[in-house]
Amino acid sequence: MSKKNSIFLNGLVFENPTFVQLLGMCPTLAVTTTLKNGLGMGLSATAVLIMSNILISLLRKIIPDKVRIAAYIVIIAAFVTILQMLLQSYADSLYASLGLFIPLIVVNCIILARAEAFASKNTVGKSAMDGLGMGLGFTAALCIISAVRELLGQGTIWGIAVYGNVIKPAAIIGMPPGGFIVLGIIIAAINFITSKKKEGGNE
Amino acid sequence: MMQPSIISLLIAALFTENFVMVKFLGCCPFLGVSKKLDTAMGMGMAVTFVMAIASAMTWCINAFVLAPFNMEYLQTIVFILVIAGLVQFVEMFVKKSMPSLYNALGIYLPLITTNCAVLGVTLLNVGNNYDFIHSVLYGTFAALGFTLAIVLFAGIRENIREKEVPKCFNGFPIALITAGLMAIAFMGFSGFSI
Repeated sequence: MSKKNSIFLNGLVFENPTFVQLLGMCPTLAVTTTLKNGLGMGLSATAVLIMSNILISLLRKIIPDKVRIAAYIVIIAAFVTILQMLLQSYADSLYASLGLFIPLIVVNCIILARAEAFASKNTVGKSAMDGLGMGLGFTAALCIISAVRELLGQGTIWGIAVYGNVIKPAAIIGMPPGGFIVLGIIIAAINFITSKKKEGGNE
Repeated sequence: MMQPSIISLLIAALFTENFVMVKFLGCCPFLGVSKKLDTAMGMGMAVTFVMAIASAMTWCINAFVLAPFNMEYLQTIVFILVIAGLVQFVEMFVKKSMPSLYNALGIYLPLITTNCAVLGVTLLNVGNNYDFIHSVLYGTFAALGFTLAIVLFAGIRENIREKEVPKCFNGFPIALITAGLMAIAFMGFSGFSI
């Protein structure tokens, strides 16, 4: 496997920012009420992550060490502002439903964590790849959570009714408590599967 | 623009629209710093201090600098810079005057910058057109709501640690389920409206 592919897979699966590193919990819990919102949030954060990783990697030798965090935050905030304007003019309904959580991408710990841990030490190409992998890992996690929550909470997937009137959907899954509980159960399931795999490997 | 009464602001920020349990703002420190009761309390106090001052400063900057020059689109960048500077200041202050709290909070103190509750409350203040007094009060009350949630949660987690939970639920998953049950309790408040 080439180096870049391994960086990409690392972000997407082995060090998945949501399920393994447990970063970026606020958007993960708040916007995953429908698949559309989850995907929109994931892709928005991915775009910001790739751009900020590239720029920070380009500037890594220029930014003085002492003010680096402040510099990273300004760079990230600038990209988020651009994204905010683009969404406002081209994807208004998504902008309205994500609301406050679009400007709050600035304080998504995943983006700052990747800037500090990866982009500030690696070349532009690798940093872009890392941004793509981590971003898509985050997107995939949001899609899984939001698909479960939309299916159980509203009985639909991507707005299309799945089980009609046969079973009444459990509205609580779409509400705040459901977010915590669904994420908890998904992480527990992942723990269960990985521990089973490890046991299998030992035998 | 009508300003809400202070009592309704307080009830909303503490219970019916609690920042952590209903709005999902500030989940990272809520889940990260809630292992021990006293660190949770310290975190809550530090966040309260930062949120109250950040609300006041960003309101002034928005009203006297950004709005007159029609530069509201710069809000996100300017507000996060103000917060980052403020947190740096708080960090120096806590390090000098309360070294034990400084050591207990550790990495989480600088991370208040990336606590979305802080940036969230400043943006909400502007979005809701609150005046200066209401902005500062809302910032303070919302932070107290955060403190309430994190302290309750830390109390529960301290008890869970001694209990036996299924192996795959150990640690983070059981904490999330607990938070979910707490959120259900907070939903009980949602009927209130003053």
